[in-house]
Order: sequence, then structure tokens, then C-alpha cells
Amino acid sequence: MPAFAHPERCDGCRGRAQVVCREICPADVMQLDSARGQAVNIEPDLCWECYACVKACPANALEVRGYSDGIALGASLKLHRGEAAIAWEVNFRGGTQKRFRFPIRTTAWGSIRPFAGLPPADLNELRQPGLCGEPRYLGVAALSRLSREQFR
Amino acid sequence: MIPPAVETVESDVLILGGGMAGCGAAFEAAYWAEARKQRVVLVEKSAIERSGAVAVGLSAINCYMGMKWGENRPEDFVRYVRRDLMGLCREDLVFDIARHVDASVHMFEEWGLPFFKTADGRYQRVGRWQVMIHGESYKPIVAEAARQALGAGNVYEHVFITHLLPDADDPGRIAGAVGFSVREPKIYVFRTRAVIAAAGGATGVFRPHAVGEGLGRIWYAPWNTGSTYKLMMLAGAEMSQFEHRLVAPRFKDGYGPVGMWFLLFRAALKNAYGEDVEKKWAGLLGEWAPYGEGTPTPTPLRTLQLLRDRTAGGGPHYLRTDEALQRMYREAQQDPEKVRQIESDAWEDFLDMTPAQALLWASENVDPAAKPSEITLTEPYLVGSHAGACGAWVSGPEDLAPKEYFWGYNRMTTVRGLFAAGDSVSGSAHKFSSGSYTEGRLAGKAAVAYAGDQGAPPRTDDEHIHAIAAELWQPFRVAEAAAGRSTQPDVNPAALSPKQALLRLQKIMDEYAGGIGANYTTSRPLLDRGLELLDALGQDLDRMAAGDLHDLLRCWEVRDRYWCAQAHARHLLYREETRWPGYYRRSDFPALDDTHWKCFVNSRHHGRRWEMAKRPYLQIIDS
Repeated sequence: MPAFAHPERCDGCRGRAQVVCREICPADVMQLDSARGQAVNIEPDLCWECYACVKACPANALEVRGYSDGIALGASLKLHRGEAAIAWEVNFRGGTQKRFRFPIRTTAWGSIRPFAGLPPADLNELRQPGLCGEPRYLGVAALSRLSREQFR
Repeated sequence: MIPPAVETVESDVLILGGGMAGCGAAFEAAYWAEARKQRVVLVEKSAIERSGAVAVGLSAINCYMGMKWGENRPEDFVRYVRRDLMGLCREDLVFDIARHVDASVHMFEEWGLPFFKTADGRYQRVGRWQVMIHGESYKPIVAEAARQALGAGNVYEHVFITHLLPDADDPGRIAGAVGFSVREPKIYVFRTRAVIAAAGGATGVFRPHAVGEGLGRIWYAPWNTGSTYKLMMLAGAEMSQFEHRLVAPRFKDGYGPVGMWFLLFRAALKNAYGEDVEKKWAGLLGEWAPYGEGTPTPTPLRTLQLLRDRTAGGGPHYLRTDEALQRMYREAQQDPEKVRQIESDAWEDFLDMTPAQALLWASENVDPAAKPSEITLTEPYLVGSHAGACGAWVSGPEDLAPKEYFWGYNRMTTVRGLFAAGDSVSGSAHKFSSGSYTEGRLAGKAAVAYAGDQGAPPRTDDEHIHAIAAELWQPFRVAEAAAGRSTQPDVNPAALSPKQALLRLQKIMDEYAGGIGANYTTSRPLLDRGLELLDALGQDLDRMAAGDLHDLLRCWEVRDRYWCAQAHARHLLYREETRWPGYYRRSDFPALDDTHWKCFVNSRHHGRRWEMAKRPYLQIIDS
């Protein structure tokens, strides 16, 4: 498989503008089976098990079954990705369960204003080595320079 | 398949690829373009929130100087990178990334990326250059900033670029790019003044360890197909160090990261008999002087030690997570809270960036504190951002680059107006996510300057564009023509599926160009024979068939990998020495030869021929 959809939970993103797993999949392997009206992984052998679709699925319908060439059956890895943290549930083949929770973001989604607080670009600086927001963001007083004499 | 519609998009700066380098380019170019009233457009084959090598997430940022705490200076980083690359790097490019990279990382934190901190408020170090992050959402955060900077209308997603357009009046100057939508029958023509090639490195050029369904389980992202290299080389750009590749020790079959285990947890790599591989084979390092002396040991020599032990029958090899964690638990005096935190950090390392490795542990009931995990050497990858160094030969920054390395604009290739960043740039390895982002910024700023300095815009040739459009849809015509030739679609004398072509490519490269099946060894006779087979495959690529747009994407991705394979084989052939012995060995030239080969090997594909040349290595930073 690698990523696969649970038939009882996947509604094919009916009523949504986009099929979410199809839109987010970096490998273009998650697609909508139009006959079923549900998501399918059309090319499991080019799935990276990256979990992008699992994290994005609004119906919590997707999971990964480890690659058949090496992974024993029976374990599972489940997650819930919230706004500020992700919770993982690792279910071992032997029955052990471990739970972890990690922060993913310290600010609100959609809050980035990349140039807020920075002066507008000064075209006189365009041929100089400094980048946008420097030296402020460097954390040191000035950009490191080497004079040609220094290294010749 | 119905004939495609054609949409033309005009811009001043066009960014190819929305990974770390592309997002950095978008951020920086947007800032300067505003003042010049230029339009910056980014095109990506998937969605930028989860594209490129950082799509999954990362548990560490591997390139951070810590200048504000006096931890490292850019020149220290150059010395480290130079040694890891066995004496060969573009010191101007590496220094340039190092002097800017902290600013990018500080922006990531301000945007909302969570960092591990020490008691005194510094970033928690994994190693000298690496800092720990809670990086599951690293890419969505960086993508949000890029999208905000550009404006949503300037981000074209699910569009795959296959060709660069030269100026109709000057083939040495760039004029645009062409590709197709992977969602609807539509061809995109991007007309622009400057192009930044910022897509990822090349996986899938070599046969992987995995078989069958596991084919996609490789260390580096399988959607990184080397399009950036193909586009640049077929546009006539000079490529550099395409013989350089990456082979790395990783957790077997899961490809989980090992950096934290080696550097922070100080876990040892031992063979089946309990021997420490590094200690057992320490004597090897002297054979590779001066680069093997001192610490840290360069990556290709650490790889060599494991390879030697494997050949000597020491396998399976294990990373002794058990010993490392037990030692750490003892150091924490078995304090349950601290033990729990160490365990959580260990699992987060995988869950942030390679969840499939955690699934592998669960499927084998691995408690890393009780049971060590197998380590193996990966198949080779062609990358420019990690401990691999292939890519385009680019101009350095005006204030740092010697005249041999400078031609007008920072990060511009030898094709005017074509810039590169991240995996796409040769000679500046070890930039990783933050350095790739920073290099994207450098290219973004320079591209805006270049675009503004141009007079009349370059001219595209409609006839040429029509020819490309016809070529793009060729796999559909092949499928239609072949339909009556067999009772089944997958065994057809007139057509190859893209998967069949890919497997054939991987087999050739594995057997003749030093893949895992050849124990990373090759030679002139092997490469000559491999090139014969590659050339024949190249002709057969015109027989690739597509039934839908997904197949069409795969057909064009195979072409990316094919051209990377061509360049790789020709570079391997040209460099008559073995410089990075754990990455590959030339059995006919098994030793390091600084007298003749302490230089860059460059190539140019021109008029259907490959021109090879040596370019000088110039030391900028003292030893």
C-alpha cells in the first residue's frame, strides 16, 4: 500500500473544493477513484510514506501500512495534527503502545507577514551583499566580509 | 488525450521549484522586486506546503553558525566543508552561505518554528553545526512566508517544467520555461527575464535496496527527480562535479536519520561481533591523507570504513542505540522524568522527519534502549545540498569570488539569466535546509538585479514552443499508436511504460556506474559499456507511453533521471582517480591523485556532444 484510505471513513472529500490528499501529495500518488468516490494510492511503489496526506485528511481516513518488502504486519502509527502540536500514537506489533506529543508551531497559522517591520528595499543596496532584514536578523553587528587582499 | 490548451504567463523572475531553495528565492526576490515593480512567479509540480525534500519535516537544522553566541565563524565552516569534500569546494559559495545563514534561521523562529533551547536561551546543539527543532511543520511555515511574499496569484502549483527556453536571438541567454499541468490538459509557457533553477536533486537514478512495493523507500525524496539538472544541462549550462554523489549510512529499510544518534547520543556503530567499526578501521584514514587526518572524519571515509567491514564479513552492522541510551539513562541517574524526555527526543527525531522509521521500529517491537538497530549504506544519490556536491557551475558573490569564479551576478550559471540555488548548485555542499533557503535568497536578489539591468526583454520563438508542445504530448501518441500491437498494455513491442524505462535505467547504473550491486565500484570498461546501454535507452525513451497526466509526469521524470545518469557516467569516466572512496571507487584508478585531480570536473552538453574540462580549485580560506 503505503498510504491507504479506510473505506468506512473516506468520503472522497465530497462537498469540498479539492480532494485534500490529492492536492497535498508531493508524489502525485494519492488520487480519487471516481467509480468508488474514494481516495486510492495509485502508485504505492513511489509513495515515500511521508504522511503528508495522513496529516491533511479532514476525515482522518488515511493511514500507512508499511512497505510489503520489509515491514511486518500488525503495527500502526496514528496521529492527530492540531494547530500548535502533533500527537502520535505508536502501536507496536506486540501490543505495546507509546504516545508522544510535540509542538509544531509557536504562532497562529496564516500570521506571517514576511516584511512587516522591515524598511522597503533600497535599490542602492541591490548590488551589495546584504540580504533583506540584514544585519538585524544576523544577530551580529555586521555581515562577515573578506577583502580580496585578505585571501590572495 | 485531447490536445492541450496553452497558457502564457509573463514575469520578470521565474522560480522553478518550491522547496527550501525556491521558497528562499521567493521571499528575497519578492522583497527587492517590489521596489523595481517586477513580477516574481514560482512554479511547483506539487503543493509548496509539502514539496521538496523537507516535505515530511525535519528534526534538526544542520547548517547554523551561531554567530550571535560566538559559536562559529563562517571561515570555520568553510574549513569543515572543504575537508568533508576531500579538499574540493567552492569556498566563495560556502562562505557566502555561512555568513548569511543565521539570519534565515532567526526568521524561521520568528515565523513560528519551535526550537529546542538550552537553559541560557541558546539553540540546543546536536553537533557543531546542527540545532534541534520541533520541525514537523518546518516546510508549511516556510511555504506560508513564501506565499505571503509572492502573493497567491504568483504561485503556480501542480505544473511540471520540462524545458527551458533560450532567447531566440541569443542562445546563451534565458527567455523562459515550458511545462504542463498535472491536473488538466494544459501547457504552460512562462516568459521571463530571469530563471532560478531551484528544484531538488536526483533520486532513482540507481537501483535501490528496496524491491517491489518498497521502491519508493529511499533516503532522499523520490519526487526529486533531478529536473533542475536536466533543465540546466540541456540549456547549455556548465555543470560541475557531476561525478560526486552521496552514499550514507542510514537505518536499514527505514532510512531514519542517524545524525542525532551519532553526534548527540554518541552511539557507536558496531559490527555483528561487537567491534567498533570506526576504531577497527581507523588505520584506513592514513591512506587518504591529508583529508583523512584530524577530526571529524570526512563522510566518504566513514562510509568507506563501513564498506570495508561489510566486505570483510562483519555484517549485520548495528547502531548501538541500546548502549547509548543506557549510558544516557545512567548519566541522568535513572530519573524517570529525564528518561522519559530522552526517549521522547529519540522518537521525535524519527516522527518529525521519517515517520516510516518509527513504524518499522513498532513492527519489529524495537525498544531502542534494549535493542540496537541495523545500519546499511544507501544507494547513491545526486545532490548538491547535503554531503553531495553536484550541480551547476555558478558565479560567486562579487565581494568574495576570485575572477575565475565571478561573471556578473551571484549564483548565475554560465547561461545568462539562469540562476541556481540549493541542490542545483555545485561545490557548496553541507548547506542542508537552511543553507539551501539562504542560497535561494542570494539567487533571488541577484536575479532581480539582473532582470532590472536588461534592456529589451528576451524573445521567445513560437515555432520552438510549438515543437516543445508536440514533444510534450508524444507519450499519448505513442500509446494510441501502440494500442493495437498487443493483447495487453504492459507487454507491447512498440511502447515502454515509464516504470519499465525507470527500472532499465536503474539496472544500467547499478551494474556499470557503481551502484549497490557493484559495491560502488566502476572503471573505464564498465562505464564505456554502461554508456552504450544508456544511449540505447535514450533512443527508447521516445517510445514511452502515457495513458493519463500522471503517466505523462512519470515519463518526463524518467527523462530527468536519464540525463542525470548520462552526466554522472561521463563525469565518473573523466576523473581518473578515486577521491571520495566511500562514495565510489574507480578500480582502474583506485588512489587519490592531488597532483592531477585537485580540481573541479565540469561538463557542457552542446550540440549533442559532451565537452569535459578541468576548472581550478582556488583556496580562499587558510588552512
